[in-house]
Amino acid sequence: MKENTQSLRLGNPGRFWAVMALLCGLLVLTLVLNVNIGSVSIGVDEVFSMLWDGLRGNVSSSTESQILFRIRIPRMLLAAILGGALSVSGYLLQVFFRNPIAGPFVLGISSGAKMVVGITLIFLAGYLGSVSPVTLILAAFAGSLLITALVLLFSQKVHSMSMLLVIGIMVGYICGAVTDFCVTFADDHDVVNLTNWSMGTFSGASWENVALAAGLCLPGVLGALALCKPISAYALGEGYAQSMGIRVKPFRVILILLSSLLSACVTALAGPISFVGIAVPHITRSLLKSSKPAYVIPASFLCGAVFCGFCDLLARTVFAPTELAIGTVTSIFGAPVVIYMMVRRKQQEV
Amino acid sequence: MEAYLKTEDLAVGYDGNVLIHDINLRLEKGKILTLIGPNGAGKSTILKSITRHLQTISGSVYVGGQGLHQWQPKELAKRLAVVLTDRIRPELTTCAEVVAMGRYPYTNLFGRLTEEDKAAVAEALERVHALDLAQRDFGALSDGQRQRILLARALCQEPEIMVLDEPTAYLDIRYKIELLDILRQMVREKGMTVVLSLHEIDLAAKISDYLLCVKGETIALWGTPEEVLQNAAIETLYGMEQGSYNRLFGSVEMPKPSGDPQAFVIAGGGFGIPVYRELQRRGIPFATGILFENDVDFQVAQALGSAVVSVPAFEEMSGEHYEQAARLLSRCAEVIDAGTPVGKLNALNGRLLTLAREKGIPVISMNEDTAC
Repeated sequence: MKENTQSLRLGNPGRFWAVMALLCGLLVLTLVLNVNIGSVSIGVDEVFSMLWDGLRGNVSSSTESQILFRIRIPRMLLAAILGGALSVSGYLLQVFFRNPIAGPFVLGISSGAKMVVGITLIFLAGYLGSVSPVTLILAAFAGSLLITALVLLFSQKVHSMSMLLVIGIMVGYICGAVTDFCVTFADDHDVVNLTNWSMGTFSGASWENVALAAGLCLPGVLGALALCKPISAYALGEGYAQSMGIRVKPFRVILILLSSLLSACVTALAGPISFVGIAVPHITRSLLKSSKPAYVIPASFLCGAVFCGFCDLLARTVFAPTELAIGTVTSIFGAPVVIYMMVRRKQQEV
Repeated sequence: MEAYLKTEDLAVGYDGNVLIHDINLRLEKGKILTLIGPNGAGKSTILKSITRHLQTISGSVYVGGQGLHQWQPKELAKRLAVVLTDRIRPELTTCAEVVAMGRYPYTNLFGRLTEEDKAAVAEALERVHALDLAQRDFGALSDGQRQRILLARALCQEPEIMVLDEPTAYLDIRYKIELLDILRQMVREKGMTVVLSLHEIDLAAKISDYLLCVKGETIALWGTPEEVLQNAAIETLYGMEQGSYNRLFGSVEMPKPSGDPQAFVIAGGGFGIPVYRELQRRGIPFATGILFENDVDFQVAQALGSAVVSVPAFEEMSGEHYEQAARLLSRCAEVIDAGTPVGKLNALNGRLLTLAREKGIPVISMNEDTAC
């Protein structure tokens, strides 16, 4: 009996820490590259000396310093935080639907958030003059919940994963149509705002946004981590989860609220970003060779941060000075991963 | 003895529609209750109502002396474990991890497994003979292995009562027996109480202390296997219009070929059974005799033969029986000698054979030539 206990391995902490170390290394690399590269190239040593000065409280007024502290650092931090949040949001949806191809973008949830944000921007901006990021987040949150509720309603009727996906995409189109409809009848001035935002970009990053994102996303991710135990049991299906003492209904509600909160932050602050929510958790699971939530959640957050940081770097440098929408870059890398997953699953089913 | 599981005037169903009502059960600790009945009769509905997966419509369920719905979910989970029919496919999860989920009600807020928990996981795996599967991916298992792991998961929960919905459904006969044997062991060693549903009436009769037959809106029958499993009861329960169920063998026979007997089988001592079955397969109606009623051949002959000439157990074969058999035999196109040795007590069967030869009815003998 003693022997058995010792040989019984549950989870693989060694691999987890190795993956975490790798991701941390990559994150540092991405952050450095992001700060370093751009229309004005700033040397690594300069970056560090300026950072050091900045930490001691004397920010120089040089152009480099301004670029660094006003533009590049907030932008890369925002990309990292939101990328991580989006990945965790996708992961939570996958847990909820017990479907690895679920994600805020493919299920139309991002489009729903975009629709409500769009309506807010067009109609409210006229009355209020300007719209604060908090209002945008609330609008996006409302839109996310609305569409999630709709998708949930349909998901009770269809049980196949691919049908759920089709419904999500259709709902996404409907939201897109409503958004377009509003745009058609809106003032040009408001539409400019909307178009910029709706393409998805981290370019508007300010320290204020970074603080807001961190303030909402980090507790959200910690909340997800606190749910590790029920999440792992829920993977066995609702029946088993309930029999092990989980109160399934409240648990599902919390999952959806957390996931919507995280994706709403992203949509409100950076616009809809495609495929990160599916591709990153998948890549993470493959790296870890495990679905243990206590491993996957933190690793997904890091991996998402690296992924978005890297995509943002490409978005602003490849065709500089023209900047690509972040969604364009994430799609190029994310969509093939999703296709690969679907093909592989199909093969397993046969 | 105090009942561990008890239902009082329980009515179960879906969405407020009553499917089965007036369910009154008492099951003592350390007993096995098996639900049998045709597909769609509501076996699962009853089980799901006992496990709280389904709202009961009226009446009450008591587990361990307390109302089912008075238990805190986590406390109930320490007493009641389930094996469901849900097809689950967790990704990238090892069998040990699936089994370890069973420790859920015992672990802390973050699900950290203590040495004690790990020992329980190993013990459960060992009990289902699946220690070698521990590190395998759950998704890559065969149905039989998967069911064993799910059983280990439930065992790991250290329940006082286990509820299993059709646990043998996808298993081949070897795993069926193995799984039911493990349940029996748990009952013997740990005093576990078991409620399950089964399709196999024969196995149900062999492992259960009580059987419950579900049919229509109420419980059709409830009692020990001996009380419940009268041949006719089973045929009525399943609405079997063709084929038959044999209580002694606990086996099912195909329907008997219809029409006047075309062949007469001289049998006895088990030599007849393969012949009867072959004739049934070919759809040839037959008569058979002369059989003692305590002969194994008699059980199958009754189910498959159009006419059976038989002698009550421990009585002598008489001229009357011979006459009856001779009449049937002379109307048949052929006679089959199943190969039963003719001795002192069944000498009349020897005479039947001679009669057939005299009348010029072709005799196929299974004695020398088994290929017929």
